[in-house]
Amino acid sequence: MRKHNPKAFKRNTVSLYFFIVTMVIFYLPLIILIVLSFNATKGISWDGFSLRWYNELFFKSSKLWTAFGNTMLIALLAATISTVIGTLGGIGLYWFKFRMKKYIEIASYLPLILPEIIIGISLLIFFSGIKFKLGLITILIAHITFCLPYVLFIVMARLAEFDYSIIEAAHDLGARERDTLLKIIIPVALPGVASGFLMAFTLSLDDFLITFFVSGKGSSTLPLEIYNMIRFGVSPVVNALSVILIVGSLALGLLSKKFYKYMFS
Amino acid sequence: MKKNYGQIYTAPLLIWITVFFVVPIAIILMFSFLKKDVHGGVELKFSIAAYKALFNPYIIKVAFSTIFISIMATLIIVFLALPTAYYMARSKFKDFLMLLIIIPFWTNFLIRIYAWIAILGNNGILNNILLKLGLTDHNIQFLYNQWTVIIVMAYTYLPFAILPLFSTIEKFDFSLLEAARDLGATKTKAILKILLPNVMPGITTAVLFTFIPVIGNYAVPQLVGGSDSIMIGNIITHEIMKTRNWPLASSISLVLTVLSTIGVMLFMYMTRSKTDNLRKVREDAV
Repeated sequence: MRKHNPKAFKRNTVSLYFFIVTMVIFYLPLIILIVLSFNATKGISWDGFSLRWYNELFFKSSKLWTAFGNTMLIALLAATISTVIGTLGGIGLYWFKFRMKKYIEIASYLPLILPEIIIGISLLIFFSGIKFKLGLITILIAHITFCLPYVLFIVMARLAEFDYSIIEAAHDLGARERDTLLKIIIPVALPGVASGFLMAFTLSLDDFLITFFVSGKGSSTLPLEIYNMIRFGVSPVVNALSVILIVGSLALGLLSKKFYKYMFS
Repeated sequence: MKKNYGQIYTAPLLIWITVFFVVPIAIILMFSFLKKDVHGGVELKFSIAAYKALFNPYIIKVAFSTIFISIMATLIIVFLALPTAYYMARSKFKDFLMLLIIIPFWTNFLIRIYAWIAILGNNGILNNILLKLGLTDHNIQFLYNQWTVIIVMAYTYLPFAILPLFSTIEKFDFSLLEAARDLGATKTKAILKILLPNVMPGITTAVLFTFIPVIGNYAVPQLVGGSDSIMIGNIITHEIMKTRNWPLASSISLVLTVLSTIGVMLFMYMTRSKTDNLRKVREDAV
């Protein structure tokens, strides 16, 4: 009989190497950006510590801050609206049978498997066709549209764990639909709803491609501004901005850890 | 029997998804069969010019290069993501490792691409180091070719593959692997025959989360690509923003939709047959 070490699977040497490689690929560029953001000169070589670029970012980049304001506003509104529509839709699709159900399911599933650019272009052509002026409103509509499927599926994943007999019991005891919704379904689905909101919020914050198509003059978001700055090479203000965004991601990461279960299942 | 509230609950969803998704898609489908207006936009006349224009050798070349880039990037991603997620799922410090992946996941992808430009650019860090060490006497152009596009794509979308793989592998019962080894399987065999088929749903999600954004990408080839790495997304954008040939932009968009759908279905079909085999083996065993 062949001998083997029973702990062989516990050591995971090979997978550890892969993990380390992944970590280096992820963090080396981020660390370099952090270091460069404190560099006194514009170049790549180190010329001493300075907060010059942060000064420029915070006090001389009003365009970036306007874009940041737009981004936050759109992300909050898009996440809120898509969470409300998606949660109600998820409840309806999960527990009821009705006409058009198949259509709603397919139409809401499709955006997930279509490249983003298709949604961007179809909305651009749609808005131009009905002569709707491109701006913050069109960005908001587009963001709600691509966030909806994610919210819907995250909420439905949570509802799948739900014991339907509780609702039947509530109905038998004379609860009206509105009461069951507000007092039972929503509280139980809340972790899923919160995960959906968070997912929508971060998707909206980060979106570049769809926003690129449906934004108009004077309605820029942060990703669009970043894109315009990095198109022409290295800019030290972007280094400083990156550090702020990485810190922001860390905060979001800590916050969202609780909810990841519903996001990626 | 209680009242059916399904239609009330789903009414906002139905309206939203119809007006802002189904109708716009129907419009590009229609536009692709219309005649191009001289001022940009369309004339209401039936035409298949936009489909004839697809047979332009340039567009065909770009389509093939898009497929090549997408497949290579996805392969690299899965190759790196699988063992990484496996290590995370077996670690004692799962929560912390998870956080390490979530930070790059939430960091804006343009910033992460930008970091690579700072490293690999003509006046970037790598060139600086090589010059200082005397390994080269001129600045080497690392960026602006097909492989930088593939590598930067892989880097950008890697977290999107690791997270779903991690949550699937985490649920796997690792004692099955030890059982396989006790029954005489080698470690590699146990992983290939037991672990891999069991985590197929996770691999499917990982591939969908990466292949789709890569095949429809615009920003990466624009920022780090050259003339050999233009992708379908770049042509569509050019047609819509610059030449304003909307019928052509629509027909290329439909080609992209078909390509990515075929890719997705092919992959789902391949993995489904694997999982089916596994189920059959299990049923036979019982």
